[in-house]
Amino acid sequence: MSKNGLTPVRTALPNGVVVLVQSTKTQPAVAINFAMVSGSVCDSADHIGIANFVAHVIDRGTSSRSAEALAEAFDNRGLSFAVRASRHRMILACNCLTDDFEMVLELVADIAQHPSFPDREVGKRRVEIETAIRRDADSSAEAADDLVRALIYGELHPYGRRVSGTLDSLGRIDRTALIDFHRIRCVPKGATLTIAGDVNPSAVTDTVSRLFGDWSADPPVPVSLPPVPEANGRRRAVRQLPGKVQADIAYGFTGVARSDPRYHGFRIMNNVLGQFGLGGRLGNTIRERQGMAYYVFSGLEANIGPGPLIVRAGVSPANVDRAIASIDDEVGKMGADGVTDQELTDAKQFLVGSIPRMLETNAMIATFLQNSEQFDLGMDYDARLPGLFEAVTLDDVCDAAESLLAPDRASIAIAGPIDEDVEGAVSP
Amino acid sequence: MISMRDKAPAPTVRSTVLDNGLTVLVQEQHAAPLASVWCWYRVGSKDELPGSTGISHWVEHMNFKGTTNIPRDQVKGIIERHGGSWNGYTWIDQTTYMETAASHALDRMLFIESERMSNCLYEPAECESERTVIISELQGGENDPEQLLDVEVTATAFKAHPYRHPTIGWIGDLQRMSRDDLYTYYKRFYVPNNATLVIVGDILADDAFRLAEQRFGAIPSVSLGDRTRTQEPVQTGERRLTLTREGSMAYCKMAYHAPAVDDSDFAPMLLLDAVLTGAKGVNLWSSFEGQAPQRTARLYRALVDGGLASSVEGTLLPTQDPFLYTVSVEATAGTALSSVEAEALSVLDRIRTDGVTETELERAKRQFRARLVFETDSVTNIAHQLGYFTTVATLDLYHDLPRRVAVATVEQVGEVARRYLVPSNRTIGWFQPLNHEGEHSPLVVSGLRRR
Repeated sequence: MSKNGLTPVRTALPNGVVVLVQSTKTQPAVAINFAMVSGSVCDSADHIGIANFVAHVIDRGTSSRSAEALAEAFDNRGLSFAVRASRHRMILACNCLTDDFEMVLELVADIAQHPSFPDREVGKRRVEIETAIRRDADSSAEAADDLVRALIYGELHPYGRRVSGTLDSLGRIDRTALIDFHRIRCVPKGATLTIAGDVNPSAVTDTVSRLFGDWSADPPVPVSLPPVPEANGRRRAVRQLPGKVQADIAYGFTGVARSDPRYHGFRIMNNVLGQFGLGGRLGNTIRERQGMAYYVFSGLEANIGPGPLIVRAGVSPANVDRAIASIDDEVGKMGADGVTDQELTDAKQFLVGSIPRMLETNAMIATFLQNSEQFDLGMDYDARLPGLFEAVTLDDVCDAAESLLAPDRASIAIAGPIDEDVEGAVSP
Repeated sequence: MISMRDKAPAPTVRSTVLDNGLTVLVQEQHAAPLASVWCWYRVGSKDELPGSTGISHWVEHMNFKGTTNIPRDQVKGIIERHGGSWNGYTWIDQTTYMETAASHALDRMLFIESERMSNCLYEPAECESERTVIISELQGGENDPEQLLDVEVTATAFKAHPYRHPTIGWIGDLQRMSRDDLYTYYKRFYVPNNATLVIVGDILADDAFRLAEQRFGAIPSVSLGDRTRTQEPVQTGERRLTLTREGSMAYCKMAYHAPAVDDSDFAPMLLLDAVLTGAKGVNLWSSFEGQAPQRTARLYRALVDGGLASSVEGTLLPTQDPFLYTVSVEATAGTALSSVEAEALSVLDRIRTDGVTETELERAKRQFRARLVFETDSVTNIAHQLGYFTTVATLDLYHDLPRRVAVATVEQVGEVARRYLVPSNRTIGWFQPLNHEGEHSPLVVSGLRRR
């Protein structure tokens, strides 16, 4: 990032694709981030995991390039190419050398618009996804995370489901379903192409118009999120994973949407609770003072809808109850008493001071601008961000803590070598 | 005073050695208002003796717990208030600490590292508290079957060299070591003549050298004593092991003794790995970012495209002594490890017999050139690479690595394949999952035809 902040050039193609270009000269390289509004919230009830499946196959053949030809094109340029589905977006992202930029952008355009979903590739990626689902089910950290999201959001809300779906749901998705999903959901309207690196913005805009300008499709039917179930009481679930040595705990609440005006206050609250230093107050208590866990921290996932705030910790099975009691204690204290003046000042200094680090590489800049567009934050968001943090008051943070942090409304998931008679235990 | 023998190993890096033996490297990088400071120590798990495995890593943890002039309760926030992050890691050859923050906090970062070098406290209660944290870290790793297998394969591949034990240590040693063991180790190895300080960022080099002299110049050098290590004897036969535990996924690892970074075979070996599994570059710090370009790589095609594996990865890292080239495979659900292994060994045998093609070599070189750019995209990554190579080899070797890769020939890559990928040089490990009733997991029929 320039020392004077970002200076992206934003244009919108007639078909709805928004193009953001940030020129940087630090390296002979370019980051490309192409995001479509086709994340897992678009999965139908019969086809949970279909967005993730499409993301796994979309770059394995197009109407004019075989999977083999794409593989050669990627590998000959040393491309770091990845496609992933998040809750609300499907993102094609890669880094390339400047010399390869136009060719790589052409590949991205072709992959996004003309995937062919070859039968053979669909079969191979299906097996890969099945394997990943089984691997995650055997991971205590992943299992606890899945479980706590299901507790918070329930099965009917997309935030409560796995992006990758289940073995059952995967079995119901065939090639035709993938093609239909792409045709209906992977469309220019709402898509954002972000380019950061050693490029000339005006030249890039012409190239983008040539590659993406003729793409047309009906706008997708908007997806509306159901309301999040109210947390009326404390919930707890256990997944037994015999053979593991450590247990993982995920302890969460429903947080806030990214558009919530209180968002920056929540960010500061989360920083004090489980981020600042080595895990904030939670790290101080559970790792530093009690030596109970190698890792403990909290994360706030504000999204289009109210994403979760989740505390995570890995502890010896014998210490699970003690660790949860300590989390309860810290969460309860912050909910009741808020944070101190000094903690507020520290967190602001950290969050404001971190901005240059967040924008140091081309890939980081591309992600930041993509998020700015997705959440309608404006192209000057990096310049406004310090002021937004500075404007947060002690009352704002205390109110955020009070509204969210109540142990008697916590959803608690534990996965690991836990005895079967534990309350709420479920078999693997 | 500042040295003595200023030299410029590369146009953008300046170096000096202080009177006390501390090597200081500085590179100006003015793209962002940031600076990254790394302090490297030539001590890692290979310096540990039986009975004190894991001590380097435990000492690293203790060096975040306050110093004479940074009281324990002031550690938290000391760099965060400057928007910074800090961290550290220990591996087989090295221990390192880093801060990246606003460039105006350079002196603060140097102060922290100078304190860490000479004034850490090692309060007995803190040592005890950290014992359980590290045991928790070890147990977290044991939850991961692939990590568990990696530890066992490495321990089997080495009979004599201390690379055989894991950096985190064996549980019995972690339960036994005392505060005095830790402190003695700290005082022996955390000395300026065993360290390299790296500063990269939006700073002026002359200012950085001056501040480094002010903060570190008075710390006395100390004799390090004898550091002789056992050499690993040549392996004379294939070794095998199988782990069986509850789980759902099966893993296979094939580890071959490999050249050290300063060996002329290292660059051809990097290219051999790129042909087999895609080029990763040589940055341990950023190696977790992004998938290697590997769709045309031989092992990917045979195993992943062939439906036998969901992932395959090759690992060859720059190390001071000869370490391992490891191929790691995660079998797809329902695939027998014997099939995975047979196919992988068939590919490795073919490349050992037939070598690589010009097309493959040129592709591998292009990948490597790109990875070298991608892996130095921040002041943190640049500083890491300067310090890493100075610690395990030399800075000159780092700057020469792209040339060594560029001039490697088909014959040289074929030759390292012929010499290193022989059965007698390898250790093969399986992680065979048991289902939750204690039986081997049944094979699951999947939709894909298998070989």
